[in-house]
Amino acid sequence: MADPMRIRVALRDGVVNVRILMSHEMETGQRKDGSGKLVPAHYIKSVTATCQGKVVLQAQWGPAVAKNPFLEFSFKGGQKGDKIVVTWEDNKGDKRSDEAVVN
Amino acid sequence: MNSSRRHVLKAGGSAGVLALLLAAGIVRPGEALAQASPSAFEVKTLTEALKALGAQNPAVSDAIQIKAPEIAENGAVVPIGVESRLPGTQSIALLVEKNPQPLTASFDIPPGTEPNISTRVKMGESSDVYALVKAEGKFYVAKKEIKITLGGCGG
Repeated sequence: MADPMRIRVALRDGVVNVRILMSHEMETGQRKDGSGKLVPAHYIKSVTATCQGKVVLQAQWGPAVAKNPFLEFSFKGGQKGDKIVVTWEDNKGDKRSDEAVVN
Repeated sequence: MNSSRRHVLKAGGSAGVLALLLAAGIVRPGEALAQASPSAFEVKTLTEALKALGAQNPAVSDAIQIKAPEIAENGAVVPIGVESRLPGTQSIALLVEKNPQPLTASFDIPPGTEPNISTRVKMGESSDVYALVKAEGKFYVAKKEIKITLGGCGG
């Protein structure tokens, strides 16, 4: 299981700002290792963020998103105490889910 | 107001458009339904990537703003933000023309979420970066050149 994500949530004037830092290699599949062999691609291919179970952002990624991906977005209608859940899945089928609470 | 009638009309309309696109060979069946199918991430040129997204001739729009540095020192981590002021923005895709696979990321924006996202991408060399926005069923695009002084793909 990969390391946890860091999720920062800030509520201002009815808009919830979410900043996520994920921990992932994001290997492109283009790079060669010391012995000249291609390092197989290993990257997050989908990210879903929900607030109280409602999807607020969905992303599909290719291998060109930077290592340890950062993602920032905002949505309206969130309230104090709402639960934000962020889930990612990579091309090898690994998954990780983390939560944060709006405050 | 009879809302189910509206739904039927809407569904009928989009199915019709889809059938036309399918007939014209512009979109293949599997790709037509998903926002960004996995195959769109694998194609090697910008034109093919736009085609795979179903956006062959997007209109250039100045209501899309790409927030990124003119010159990025490190191609492995290039911060890019995209903000769309087009009403009814449904999705935002980021494409780096000169990367081996141009399509980098695609974001679905549900109603209530602001069409303004930021992330960080890898760039192999200096390139034009395109933000493709789908708003009210139509595609719009904006581009910005980002110069890289150090590549992001191992050299």
